[in-house]
Amino acid sequence: MNAPALLSVSQVETFYGRIQALRGVSLDVHEGEIVTLIGANGAGKSTLMMTICGSPQARSGQILYRGHDITRTPTHQIMHMGIAQSPEGRRIFGRMTVMENLRIGASVADPSHFDRDIERAFALFPLLKERRNQRGGTLSGGEQQMLAIARALMAQPRLLLLDEPSLGLAPLVIKQIFGAIRELNATQGLTVFLVEQNAHHALRLAHRGYVMVNGKITMTGTGVELLGREEIRAAYLEGGVH
Amino acid sequence: MVLRGPRTAAATLLADLVVTAVISLVIFGVMVGLRTETIPGGLKLVPRWSAALGLAAMVVAGRLMLHLIWWNRKPGARSAWSPAGMMPDWARNLKLSGRFVRPATLIFALVLPFLPFTDRYILDLSILVLTYVMLGWGLNIVVGLAGLLDLGYVAFYAVGAYSYALLAHYFGWSFWLCLPVSGILAAFWGIILGFPVLRLRGDYLAIVTLAFGEIIRIVLLNWYWFTGGPDGISGIPRPDFFGIVGFERGPGGFADTFGIEYSSLHRIVFLYFLILALALLTNFVTIRLRRLPIGRAWEALREDEIACRSLGLNTTTVKLSAFATGALFAGFAGAFFATRQGFISPESFTFTESALVLAIVVLGGMGSQMGVVIASVALIGGFEVFREFEQYRMLIFGLAMVLIMIWRPRGLIAGREPSIFFRTRKTISGALVSQGEGH
Ligand SMILES: Nc1ncnc2c1ncn2[C@@H]1O[C@H](COP(=O)(O)OP(=O)(O)O)[C@@H](O)[C@H]1O
Ligand SMILES: [Mg+2]
Repeated sequence: MNAPALLSVSQVETFYGRIQALRGVSLDVHEGEIVTLIGANGAGKSTLMMTICGSPQARSGQILYRGHDITRTPTHQIMHMGIAQSPEGRRIFGRMTVMENLRIGASVADPSHFDRDIERAFALFPLLKERRNQRGGTLSGGEQQMLAIARALMAQPRLLLLDEPSLGLAPLVIKQIFGAIRELNATQGLTVFLVEQNAHHALRLAHRGYVMVNGKITMTGTGVELLGREEIRAAYLEGGVH
Repeated sequence: MVLRGPRTAAATLLADLVVTAVISLVIFGVMVGLRTETIPGGLKLVPRWSAALGLAAMVVAGRLMLHLIWWNRKPGARSAWSPAGMMPDWARNLKLSGRFVRPATLIFALVLPFLPFTDRYILDLSILVLTYVMLGWGLNIVVGLAGLLDLGYVAFYAVGAYSYALLAHYFGWSFWLCLPVSGILAAFWGIILGFPVLRLRGDYLAIVTLAFGEIIRIVLLNWYWFTGGPDGISGIPRPDFFGIVGFERGPGGFADTFGIEYSSLHRIVFLYFLILALALLTNFVTIRLRRLPIGRAWEALREDEIACRSLGLNTTTVKLSAFATGALFAGFAGAFFATRQGFISPESFTFTESALVLAIVVLGGMGSQMGVVIASVALIGGFEVFREFEQYRMLIFGLAMVLIMIWRPRGLIAGREPSIFFRTRKTISGALVSQGEGH
C-alpha cells in the first residue's frame, strides 16, 4: 500500500473548550478499504469522526483527503467532496418520510442520478422500500440505522464514515447491517471508515483496525491480527462476543 | 375515584357531591356565613348565608366538573375529556376532507365581498383577518417549517410599514413601487437579525429575537425627526387601482373611469382583494418552496441541525434564507397595513402583535397552512365577537388557548404532508400523523 491514502489523518489534536479529546491521532484509510476504529465509550472515536468532517475543527495536525488539506474546510464543503457520514445515534429526520430523508441525503449529489441511487439504496435495504412513505420516527432501530446509511449513500460518496451502526441493535440486525457494508465495499469498491465499540463484529468485517484509548491510537493491525491479540480480547471482547 | 356502571356511577357521584356540599357548608358557614363586626360595647354577629351558600355551590360544581372531565378518563385515553371537534378522529377527517375544504374556503374568500350580507364592517374585519393569515403564513416559514422560534416577527412588519410610509413621505414613491421595496428591506433586516443568532436555538433564539423586535420599535419611537416618534406618520397615500386611477369621487376616479356608480366601498373591496392576493402569494410560495431543496432543508433543520450539517447542508444559508423569506412577507404585509390605515405609529408594532401571530401559528398546528387560517378566523374573529367584554377578553382567550393546547397539543391541524412521493402518491396513514412521535 504505497499509493497515497484516500484519507490521511496526522497528529490531530481536538479540544472541547479546555478539554482535550484527541491527542495526536494519526491514521490512514486507503481507497477500497474497510478500516475500523474501536475503543471504549468516551475514547474519542466520535470526536475523530466529527473532526474529519470539520465540526469541531482540529486545533493542530492535518487531515488530507485525496491530497487536499481539509483541516480548516467548512463542514458543508467537506460533505461536498465525496465524504458522507452516518452520525452517532443515526439522527434521521423523525417527522419526515423515508423518501424525504433520502432526498435530503441527496442534497449534495448530482440530481440526475437520484432515481438510480434510490433504486440502489432500496436494493441494498429492501425493507426501506416497503417503508418508503412511512415517517422516519416510526421505524424500528434497525430500520432507522439502515435509513441513516442509505441516506449517507445518496450523497454518492467515495468515503463513507459510520459511527457505531450497531449501537442498540439485536445481533441479527447487526449481522444484516454489517453484511450490507461488506457488500457495498465488495461490489462498489466503496471505502468505509467504521467507528465501533462492538470490536468483535467490526474487526471481523474490517481489513484493518485501530484501537483508541483516551484520545490516542494505541494499536493497529489487520482485523484478524487485532482479533487475535490478548489485550484486545481482554479489554473489548470478553463477555462482549455475540 | 373511578365510576363504573351507569347506575352505581350516578349514585356514587351523588353521594360524593352530598358529602362535598355538607363539608363545604360547614366550613364556609362558620368562616364566611358568620361575620363579626365591632359595635360599641362588643361584637355583633352578621349572618351572610347567601355568600356561604354561593361558595359551597361553587365547590360542589367544581367537584362535579372534575368528576366529569378529569377523574373519569378511560384508561389509555389520550387526554382529558375533550369536545368532539378536538378528537383526533375529527381532525383526521378534517384533514382528509382537506381536498374539499381548501377550494371551498378559497371560493368563499373570493366571493365574500359580493355576498348580500357583506357590509363595511364585515369587509374591514375580513381584511384584518387576512392580514393575520398572511403574517401567520409568513411566520410559519420561520417557526413552523424551519423550527426557529421567532418572538420578534412584528419587527419586520414594522420595517415594511415604515419603509412604505417613509418612502412615500420623503420621496413620494407610489405604493406599487414601495410594495416590493418594503418586502426586500424587511428581508434584508431578516438577514441582519439572522447573523447574530445563527448559533442560537430554542429559548436563546427566542429571547434574542424578542429583544430585536423591541429594539426596532424603540428606535422608531425615539428617532423623532425621521420617523415622527410616538406621533407616527400620517397622511400615508392610499393605494390606487394599479397606478391607473384612484378611488376618489368625481371625474377621473375609479367609478367614473369604469362607468359605475361611486361607492366608498370600492376602495375597501380593492384592499380586500389586495390582501387576499398577497396572502395567497405567501401561501403559494410556501407550498412551492416546501417541495424544493431549500424547503426540505428548512424542515430538516427543524428536525436535526447536526444531521443537516453532516449531510452537507450549509446551515448558515438555510437559516438566513428562512429568516429572510419570512421577513419578506411580513414586509409586504407591513406596506399593506400602512396604506390601509393611512397612519402608522410604533404602537401598532408591540410585542403583543408578535405574540398574537405566534399564537396563530402554534394554535393552527405548526407548519399547517389551513391551521393558520382557522386560527386567524377564530382568534381575530373571536376578539371582535367579545369586544363588549373588553376587560375579560384576554382572560377568555388565555383560557381557550390553554384548553386547546390540552386537547390538541400539536395544534388544530397537526401533522405534516410529505412533500415527495415514490411513484404513487400515498398519504401517510392517519394513525401515524396524529401521534406525533419522533420529534
Ligand atoms: N460536545 C462536547 N463537549 C465537551 N466534551 C465532549 C463533547 N463531546 C465529547 N466530549 C468529550 O470528549 C471525549 C470523547 O468523546 P467521544 O468522542 O464522544 O467518545 P466516543 O465516541 O469514543 O465514545 C469524552 O470525554 C467526552 O466527554
Ligand atoms: Mg461515540
